[in-house]
Amino acid sequence: MSALLEVSGVSVSFDGFRAINNLSFSIGPAELRAIIGPNGAGKTTFMDIVTGKTRPDAGTVTFGDRPLSLLSMTEAQIARAGVGRKFQRPTVFEDQTVHENLIMALRAPRSPWRVLFWREGAQDRANVAALAEEVGLSDALARKAGELSHGQKQWLEIGMLLAQEPRLLLVDEPAAGMTLAEREHTTRLLVEMAKTRAVVVVEHDMDFVRRLDCKVTVLHEGAVLAEGSLDHVTRNQQVIDVYLGRG
Amino acid sequence: MRSLYLALALCLSALFALPASAETAAEIVARNAAAIEKPSRQTIGPVIAELAASGDAQAAAILEAWGDKRLGQRKADGAFFIIAKSADGWALTDLAGADAGTAAKGDIAELKPNAGVRGLIATALVQFTLSDPDRAKRVAALESIAKDPKPEALEPLSASVAGEDDPVLRAQKERLVGLLTIRFGATSQARVAAIESFGRDPALDLRAALNPLVATTRIAFAGEPPAGANIARELKPGRDLTEAEAYDLLVAANLAPARLTVDEARHALAANLKDGAVGGVPLADLSRQEARDRAYNALEAAGTVPPAATDAEVAAAVAAHRFAEAYAEPDAAVTAAAAAALGRIGTAVGAMQAADLALDALSLASIYFLAAIGLAITFGVMRVINMAHGEFIMMGAYTGYVVQLWITNYTLSIIVALPLAFAVTFAAGVAMERLVIRHLYKRPLETLLATFGISIALQQLAKNIFGTQARPLTAPAWLDGAWVVNDVIAISYIRIAIFALALVFLAFFLWLMKRTRLGLEVRAVTQNPAMAASMGIDPDRINMLTFGIGSGIAGIAGVAIGLFAKVTSELGSDYIVQSFMTVVVGGVGNIWGTLAGAALIGLMQKGIEWFNPSNTLAAQTYMILFIILFIQFRPRGIIALKGRAAGD
Amino acid sequence: MSRSFFARNPSVLWFILILAVFTLAVTLLSDAYGVAFVSTSFVKTLGKTLCLCLVALAMDLIWGYAGILSLGHMAFFALGGYMLGMWLMYARTEEIVVAALAEGVLPATAEEIRQGIATQIFGVVGASELPPIWVFAHGFWLQLALVVAVPGVLALVFGWLAFRARVTGVYLSILTQAMTLALALYLFQNDSGLRGNNGLSGLQNLPGLGDVSQDRLSVWFLWASAAALGLGYALLAWVVSGKFGSVIRAIRDDEQRVRFLGYTVEGYKLFVFSLTAVIAALAGALYYPQAGIINPAELAPIASIYLAVWVAIGGRGRLYGAVIGAAFVTLVSSWFTGGRVPDLPLGFYTVQWVDWWSVVLGLSFVAVTLFAPKGLAGLFDLWQGLRAPNRRGAPLGPDDGALMEREARE
Repeated sequence: MSALLEVSGVSVSFDGFRAINNLSFSIGPAELRAIIGPNGAGKTTFMDIVTGKTRPDAGTVTFGDRPLSLLSMTEAQIARAGVGRKFQRPTVFEDQTVHENLIMALRAPRSPWRVLFWREGAQDRANVAALAEEVGLSDALARKAGELSHGQKQWLEIGMLLAQEPRLLLVDEPAAGMTLAEREHTTRLLVEMAKTRAVVVVEHDMDFVRRLDCKVTVLHEGAVLAEGSLDHVTRNQQVIDVYLGRG
Repeated sequence: MRSLYLALALCLSALFALPASAETAAEIVARNAAAIEKPSRQTIGPVIAELAASGDAQAAAILEAWGDKRLGQRKADGAFFIIAKSADGWALTDLAGADAGTAAKGDIAELKPNAGVRGLIATALVQFTLSDPDRAKRVAALESIAKDPKPEALEPLSASVAGEDDPVLRAQKERLVGLLTIRFGATSQARVAAIESFGRDPALDLRAALNPLVATTRIAFAGEPPAGANIARELKPGRDLTEAEAYDLLVAANLAPARLTVDEARHALAANLKDGAVGGVPLADLSRQEARDRAYNALEAAGTVPPAATDAEVAAAVAAHRFAEAYAEPDAAVTAAAAAALGRIGTAVGAMQAADLALDALSLASIYFLAAIGLAITFGVMRVINMAHGEFIMMGAYTGYVVQLWITNYTLSIIVALPLAFAVTFAAGVAMERLVIRHLYKRPLETLLATFGISIALQQLAKNIFGTQARPLTAPAWLDGAWVVNDVIAISYIRIAIFALALVFLAFFLWLMKRTRLGLEVRAVTQNPAMAASMGIDPDRINMLTFGIGSGIAGIAGVAIGLFAKVTSELGSDYIVQSFMTVVVGGVGNIWGTLAGAALIGLMQKGIEWFNPSNTLAAQTYMILFIILFIQFRPRGIIALKGRAAGD
Repeated sequence: MSRSFFARNPSVLWFILILAVFTLAVTLLSDAYGVAFVSTSFVKTLGKTLCLCLVALAMDLIWGYAGILSLGHMAFFALGGYMLGMWLMYARTEEIVVAALAEGVLPATAEEIRQGIATQIFGVVGASELPPIWVFAHGFWLQLALVVAVPGVLALVFGWLAFRARVTGVYLSILTQAMTLALALYLFQNDSGLRGNNGLSGLQNLPGLGDVSQDRLSVWFLWASAAALGLGYALLAWVVSGKFGSVIRAIRDDEQRVRFLGYTVEGYKLFVFSLTAVIAALAGALYYPQAGIINPAELAPIASIYLAVWVAIGGRGRLYGAVIGAAFVTLVSSWFTGGRVPDLPLGFYTVQWVDWWSVVLGLSFVAVTLFAPKGLAGLFDLWQGLRAPNRRGAPLGPDDGALMEREARE
């Protein structure tokens, strides 16, 4: 099975501080992966590099079947190529309705001219309704996103990610601030999504990671410390020293 | 005493330069009595020259009396006396200097030379004043010669050099002799030697003496150049000058007939309108130039209008003649030496102009730095856009003006004004922070607009209080004048003071931010207000103080800027955009960046002005365009880039 | 959801209706076509105000919707005025020169006419040749194309440079302000080719319509301005009503997030920047023939800031807010600065409004920013009893209820 995303030998430093140090990582087309690591391990910087927000000093990042180098692409191009990202804090457009948020995310031409003349068809409405159903926001379509609860915003954001139909999803701490019931819902959604696409979950919460039941990558000081099942990495002495031991 | 000196000087000068004359001044006057009685500018010259050259110590006294209308003639025998009013008529002194008693008012005819003659007398007297024992008089004589160099001055001047015992004046005299020799020297060797004696001296007076020598005029001639013409270079029509210019030269030299102007042609055609046609061409057709030419040629052929050169004739005439640039100065050796000297001087002057430009740029940079340093605190550190910053500068300047209304001693008033301006604008800044900005920290664009509203209000308020005309803010006398290195490099003391003030502020800022508790707290609040608050720092208080200090510095900058700029209500808005540019270009949040930004902008503006000195508006336009482009490549400013590069 | 555009945006119909009633009322009250109740100069003021409302609409799109506080749109406005002014001045001068030359014995040549026009226009700056930028000035349609092309291309180039470098927020505002200043300083030069600080004048005289009185011209311009404003409102309402409006409001609120949705934020900003620049230029092309004169002072950075002031006072993020703000502030300003408001005696000091109006305007602007970020249009929310959700201080989007423009205009 060839990899969907291949990150190799990537390094980046900010004002002398090495945030990522010769990091290599790869994930297949339909795989769920959890990334764990202590604060400052480079988890968020790793996502920034993949999504084009940060340019690495060295290394390569390729994506897709006919491998594309993501390093020469802008954030928008990378997103259109099929990389979706969910932020730690829910970032939805609070001034707009759930419907508008989802319409914006829906897979469609993105150029200004095409968007200007784009008009909503029956198929689009059906798609939006289906997405809302999937994330449990069917009743809230006409409400402003700013009025939703924290958990609902998280789901709206996941719904928007699904609407983009990405091949790779980067999810930053999806369970933060959720109730137990909401967590279970989120876990189901992630596992479901990973059946058809690659999903990378960055998470602190070990219970949540255990629930995901997938391969785990441990980052430390900008490099991969260990990789394998959760049980495998938690037995790794180095991991215990740098992360679990302190936690 | 005075006559002794004069006599000594005259003897010396006679020894060195003048042929000694046997005649006394009195004898010369007696011999030329008729000319002196009825002098005219044309005829009296030789007499005055003769008197001046006589070598007689009395000559100066006689000339001086004559010029002051103190020379009289006794009606009885026609003898001349120097006269002075006395109680019952005139007191007489004969021309040899001896007392000659008195005379009744009616016995003496006063000589009243006209202004032209008095001018000649004054020129002749220069040689005497050049050796006058009073130093001030000698200086004045030198200045008058330097201001208006005349060939006559050369001889007396060189004669006076040897007798000069003041080393400064002697050097000046020698220099002036050289300059006069360059222009008026008798032989071409002497002139060339004089030119070469100056080396690469960049002084203005030397260049003023040399430049006329290499000034050229364009001439046109057929065949060989006219005799005596000192040709600088030959000009080829089409390469060095246009055909039209060449033909104009021919017309000016009467070598070709004038070309017909459009107006003349129209008048000629209009004057010859017959039966709705001119020269056989129907009137309606004459709205085309080609038809007009045809009509004029027909009239020319019929002899009704003077011939005018056609294009072909113009070309032929131009081809038949040669054109050249000729020196007005006929002596080729002198022009060659002058051109070479100017070439040598040119490189030296170029280097010095570059130095002068650098000084100018530095002073402009320090002005921008002063205007921007307050912003470096409010915008750079706190990230608060304060569009009223310019008005704080204005308030500072007006504070200075008001202080001068009360304290007339300028030095004292500036010393009072600086802290007072700080206090006034500090208070204004604190008030603004508390009332407005505090509520808008999360909304930067609205801060921009709200502070702009304050800026409009403050500007109009200043107009209402102080009126629209500019108010003076006068610098103390010790700041007048300039530090002059030579004729090229000079910088006024005010600008030096502003440069020093900018350095003081830089040091103050660094001390404040790096060495004080307040600076530490400011940096803490900027980086993480919540964390700072939890460590016992009151962010509200810190923000208020920081903003106040930034505003206060703007007030002090206002006093400094007011010293050389007109104090008006628009003073601040003239600087606000440049100030923001300075901070943005330099890199927000870094004082060294602000310094670099000010230096870059000052240098840029002066550099562009140097290329196009007549147009400062264009310089500002291009500078702003440059900044817009600069931001493309260094969006985070000069210093931020270096920091990141250093981190790589 | 397949209802027509107007059904979904009733405010557009309301707006056009009110505008039509207003225009008709002014026409019927004018000197030329009605009962002579409204003076010609006031008709011109109203016509100019409509143009300012149009440029305020453009400002609302770029600032209220896309979140870009451009301090350069009055420069585009003035450039539009300059471009049309060149034709007005050229064609008008041509009429005069041709008439003058017709007095002569000989029929004038094309060269004489050209020379005559150049001397007439540029004698004041000591030139006698038409600068190359006047090459199209003889043709109305050519110059009209330049009204769109020159500001449009300038906005494209500047916007491309600025947005590409990801200059945002206050930095972009300062940069646009610098652009405006550079343009104004350039035009102040005598050799800019646009008559330096003299500017272009006599624009109120339309070529070919010399025998039409200013009374009637002023009403014609009022109609044209009203039509332009109505069309502009409908166009912008259409632009912001769909997904495009959604995207630009999203860019305003969180442009990085929009990038991760796959939208090229820079392209959208550039599109909006250039579109609004062109609208501003067209508004300027209609404004300056009514003002009669244009000079570089019109480009001063302060003019663009005032534009932002109108939109903020009116209420940004909704189109009718911009219109209300521009109309309200300019009419009240001209009322106060026109010297028609009685002085306010305070006993110790008499407030003369000509001098004090700017102070009041500046301070009231601060007050609006602090206490009523939604501007005058926010009053409608109160009046309608709409409860606004807590939006963390950001303005509301456009909504239905443009019922009260009439109040603001009267």
